[in-house]
Amino acid sequence: MANTSVSIKSKMALKKKSNKKGLPLSKDLLRHMHAMMVKSRVLEERLIKIYKAGEAYFWIGGPGEEAFGVPLGLLVHKGQGPEYDYLHLHYRGTPTLIAMGMPMIDSIRLIMNKATDPSTGGRNFCNHYCFPQWNVAPVSSPIEVQYPMALGTAHVQRRSKSRGLSIVTGGDAGTAEGDFASTLIWASRPGRELPLLMTVQNNQWGISTEYKYQHGETNIADRGKAFNMRTAVINGNDPIESYRALESEMNYIRKTRKPVLLEAKVSRLYGHSSATGANLIPEVDCLRDFETLLLEHDIVTELAVKKLWQEYEAEGREAQEKARIEPAPTGESVWENYFVGNENGDWRKF
Amino acid sequence: MASMAQAIRMALHFAEENLALKDIFGQDVGEPLGGVFTATQGLKTTWNSPLDERGIIGMAMGIAMAGDRCVAEIQFCDYIFNTIDLLKIAGNTNWVSNGNYTLPMVVMTPVGAGIRGSVYHSHSFDAWASRLAGWKVVMPATPIDAYGLMLSAVDDPNPVLFLKPKALMRVRGDDLIPGEPEDQKELKNRIDAPIGDRKNWKPKWPSLTDYRVPIGQAKVTRAGEHLTVVSYGRHLLLCNQAADQLREQGHSVEVIDLRSIYPYDWQAVKSSVEKTRKVLFVNEDTEVTNFGEHLAYRATQELFYHLDAPPRVLAGKHLPGIGLHPNLEEHSVPQLPDIVRAMSEVLAEVP
Repeated sequence: MANTSVSIKSKMALKKKSNKKGLPLSKDLLRHMHAMMVKSRVLEERLIKIYKAGEAYFWIGGPGEEAFGVPLGLLVHKGQGPEYDYLHLHYRGTPTLIAMGMPMIDSIRLIMNKATDPSTGGRNFCNHYCFPQWNVAPVSSPIEVQYPMALGTAHVQRRSKSRGLSIVTGGDAGTAEGDFASTLIWASRPGRELPLLMTVQNNQWGISTEYKYQHGETNIADRGKAFNMRTAVINGNDPIESYRALESEMNYIRKTRKPVLLEAKVSRLYGHSSATGANLIPEVDCLRDFETLLLEHDIVTELAVKKLWQEYEAEGREAQEKARIEPAPTGESVWENYFVGNENGDWRKF
Repeated sequence: MASMAQAIRMALHFAEENLALKDIFGQDVGEPLGGVFTATQGLKTTWNSPLDERGIIGMAMGIAMAGDRCVAEIQFCDYIFNTIDLLKIAGNTNWVSNGNYTLPMVVMTPVGAGIRGSVYHSHSFDAWASRLAGWKVVMPATPIDAYGLMLSAVDDPNPVLFLKPKALMRVRGDDLIPGEPEDQKELKNRIDAPIGDRKNWKPKWPSLTDYRVPIGQAKVTRAGEHLTVVSYGRHLLLCNQAADQLREQGHSVEVIDLRSIYPYDWQAVKSSVEKTRKVLFVNEDTEVTNFGEHLAYRATQELFYHLDAPPRVLAGKHLPGIGLHPNLEEHSVPQLPDIVRAMSEVLAEVP
């Protein structure tokens, strides 16, 4: 996979100085965040088009969460093994992975169930990513199961005394599951606290069920306070606020090796998935708002923005055309990787 | 001779020292108790977890994902049911990620009746476990096999479910664990924690050596010519006893200890049934969609023209639970007379 994200060294350079017109991040970083947000949005909309054109069976994803997901991806210490950050994402992680450098075509291969799909080989849904070279754990459809798994990678990181941390993401509805409570308990055991960033992207919905009629807590993040955990509630539609909060909380975890629960209030622009139509919904659009802000501050020009969208649109189209003619998994391949090393798992051959 | 609990403890110690086992954990697994059956006493990597089965399984999956080896315990299999979806994910992670992620982890849990454990300490899990694709599932009947299977399980790159027949945890075998002192009392003095204050107690481990029972390999525990009986765990020993009784009456029964439920040693079953032409599958899990039914189905499909009698399954009754009173338990799961009767009936079949 090509590495198109910025390195740690260049990240430092990007944010070294604030721009001159009052925004608290450097122009280069703001432009880069904007570009990654555009790329992620274009990709998600391309995925929806692929679904609606009948070239995929299902779409689910994260358009509307770019202002949170992109900064997260830019701040990840990317690599393989406990010294790097682990990511236990849910199925709205495209912005994060685009920011980390995932090529568009790998997401398109996934939604089109191609044998070339590097995450699952055509076995799983759209946005169910898996990139071991970046410590990205397999995304799973059951809600909230990624939280207790993140305990294990954080446990190993605590033992290895690295600066790596484990990051787990999920939605607001899933916090009703017991796994969320489990993770609060296990992450905050006295003297055994874990270097874990628990995030909740609160879009106020669980498919068609409204958050406000199911949850009495003022903020989900407040639940962390009962465990003496550091918490934060942020406007996840603001990429600048998201970047600064995530940077601060991740630095806190790297330094103290203690957990944080961070809740980001975000939009859900295309509904839950293709099961609910995947049509644009009039909510706050973090990307359009950010674009307006950057234009107002002369950090980008209208021409440059237009060109950016066009370039990513072209990349998405070309990726779709390329993936379309790539091979599908064969029926016979169902027994592959049943056990590690292709040890036989078919009882007929025992 | 070591008990099964001691054998498992010694295997875990060997794995700590030689197989990079880094975590042995679960409820009451660490000090001071060392497990409700004492199977984890005195080990250096044990720790107590919150009373949270889903947390235990999730933690084990994450540890494995990060590349470390662990053994997690669910205190009784009766309490593993709320982890089923996590167990499914652990089993499918290698497959669904197309080989990207492996989860080398062991989950051990006591199973079965036989200790007057009432409704929630008597469940079996072998039939349920056999449906968890992607897992290897083992169940020893003797201490030496418990030792050899545990070492194979810890070293396996796949998730392995190690089912401990709880009624056998204090039963001794006929074989020494490699490195085990011959004097039973010496072993006890070395590795059993004292009653009372254990703060300053440290085990004096014998010089144990490597010994593996390959996962997927059965063992013939009684050679015979007239009937094949396939079992595992606690009921394997009952089948041995039944075969010995019938031998005195002139019947020659071959008993196979399957040891591994998945992958299972079909070739051992097949070659035996082709010889004896009759087969009985015995276990104590409930009888509807029992793992023995799968084996009986396969025997019917593949060995039909070798058979002189219909393949038969003797299993626990399809009841909501195992009642506490002995009359209830003994009428719920197969007892020795039931096994003798079933063997006799199959032996008496005339084509």
